[in-house]
Amino acid sequence: MNGDQTQFEEPILKLRRQIEELSATDTEPGRQAEIAELQKQLIKVSDDIYSKLTPWQKTLVARNAQRPYTLDFIAFLFDDFTEIHGDRKFGDDPAVVTGFARFRGTPCAIVGHQKGRNTKEKIFRNFGQPRPEGFRKALRAMKLAEKFKLPIFSFVDTQGAYPGVGAEERGQAEAIAMNLREMASLTVPIIVTVIGEGGSGGALGIAVGDRILMLEHSVYSVISPEGCAAILWKNSAAAPEAAAAMKITAPDLKRLGIIDEIVPEPSGGAHADPARAAEILGPVLEKNLKELLKIKPALLPEERYKKFRKMGVFEKG
Amino acid sequence: MAWFRKEKKPKEAVEKQTAIPEGLWVKCDECKEIVYRKEVEANLSVCPKCGYHFRLSATERFEMLFDNGKYKEFANDIHSCDPLEFRDTKRYRDRLRVYEQRVGKGDAVLCAEGKLEGVSIVICAMEYAFMGGSMGSVVGEKIATAIERCVDKKEPLIIVSCSGGARMQEGILSLMQMAKISAGLARLGSAGLPFISVLTDPTTGGVTASYAMLGDLNIAEPKALIGFAGPRVIEQTIRQTLPEGFQRAEFLVEHGMVDLITPRAEMKGALGRFLTIFRGN
Ligand SMILES: [Zn+2]
Repeated sequence: MNGDQTQFEEPILKLRRQIEELSATDTEPGRQAEIAELQKQLIKVSDDIYSKLTPWQKTLVARNAQRPYTLDFIAFLFDDFTEIHGDRKFGDDPAVVTGFARFRGTPCAIVGHQKGRNTKEKIFRNFGQPRPEGFRKALRAMKLAEKFKLPIFSFVDTQGAYPGVGAEERGQAEAIAMNLREMASLTVPIIVTVIGEGGSGGALGIAVGDRILMLEHSVYSVISPEGCAAILWKNSAAAPEAAAAMKITAPDLKRLGIIDEIVPEPSGGAHADPARAAEILGPVLEKNLKELLKIKPALLPEERYKKFRKMGVFEKG
Repeated sequence: MAWFRKEKKPKEAVEKQTAIPEGLWVKCDECKEIVYRKEVEANLSVCPKCGYHFRLSATERFEMLFDNGKYKEFANDIHSCDPLEFRDTKRYRDRLRVYEQRVGKGDAVLCAEGKLEGVSIVICAMEYAFMGGSMGSVVGEKIATAIERCVDKKEPLIIVSCSGGARMQEGILSLMQMAKISAGLARLGSAGLPFISVLTDPTTGGVTASYAMLGDLNIAEPKALIGFAGPRVIEQTIRQTLPEGFQRAEFLVEHGMVDLITPRAEMKGALGRFLTIFRGN
């Protein structure tokens, strides 16, 4: 369905093709200058297009299969990552990855949603939609982090928790609810980064933290634009309208006091240059970690409570 | 023991407001029998023919649970204000006004304090008639206030859920109420105070995936629909029709997610027994 809707990227793709073609035809005189000129143009065109994305276009960007996923950010930013598996109750959920690693020398725990790129991977990862085991595995890893006094990095990238029969039977709602309550009480720093799609309860289930960061073109919403459109507009084709109405972009969430920081993406979005995207995110994570490590661990739950307690807009009187 | 404290008498009974359709007679949604309205009401809005539990308004719930139907509402000065200037086919602001006129100014939850079998307690009862009991900033703020009151006064909390989930018209703010309330419940738990979640038909979405499933005890009314995803969404995902009884209270007991099913007539008694036992005397 994205085919005709990602047309806004066409001028960027065209320039990239031109640059590739020129680079392939080797070193004729003047080529380098021509390529450099095109590259300058590429940045200008990309920046221009990406500064004007609509909320719906951002949704499509956030879902782009070339965007860096949790495991990509782990590879770029962490050392000695070792994955752990299973919730010790029922099974393992590949839609969530958990493990331990070092972040610039500091031992830490990592939890994150994981999507797949090709058909086989997508099915294996269940399109990044966790079942209860995913949330329970994440909580197990986070409790271990608390036990060993390790900070937690959480990466959010899911269209939502999986709405299936088995998921309901095994307590999808209970699994998410438990994570919300338990994450609120953990006595270690939790840094959450929305790297792509922040879809509803499935996202929030690993997103209660001391710092909530969002990549520039990621989205975070209470329901998918299509879902909202289907219910309120009675027509899922109204997804672009729903995306705009729900205020799902990083600047909107910053303004509403939900997130702490917007992390810039490279020219043309994180999928245009995943390594650069990680390079930009790294120092932001480091800065936030440093700040949080200064807070007495026992005080973290109180601070976290205050942070979420403030969320919401209403009138009094 | 720790959370128990003698409280001064609450007062003021509140006028009745019913969720059963107007008229002398009503048709039961379950057995389709036409039953005399007064008879249904006298039976706690349970069908005398088949036991179907009609939906209760928040005030009816309070009258049923608080001793002598006496309680004091609080946190009722908080109102929705359309923070996103949301508009679908209609403006959210206009929808709110319609519901406020039709149902009341309390949004989708009312909070009250009183006694249940002699135990001083706070009850939050959701109001399904107000936008499907959907949870936005107001519901979150009211329940968070109720939790803090419980912690301050060392009182147990009961939340009677009846909701389709988070309110889309307040976007991400609605989602965050799940975290806000769950974080509050963590504090209530640390204070050693009981929280009993009563799940009624329907309890789905973000309400189930936060406080409704976090009770020290989760008690459901018979046949209540309880789930994370709505049945239609699941059917679309799996491209199959769901079996009879899927996501009903009995199904949740079978799968270990709910402690017990209690018919409405026995609800107050059951809650009272647990609360006095948890109190340790
Ligand atoms: Zn009946």
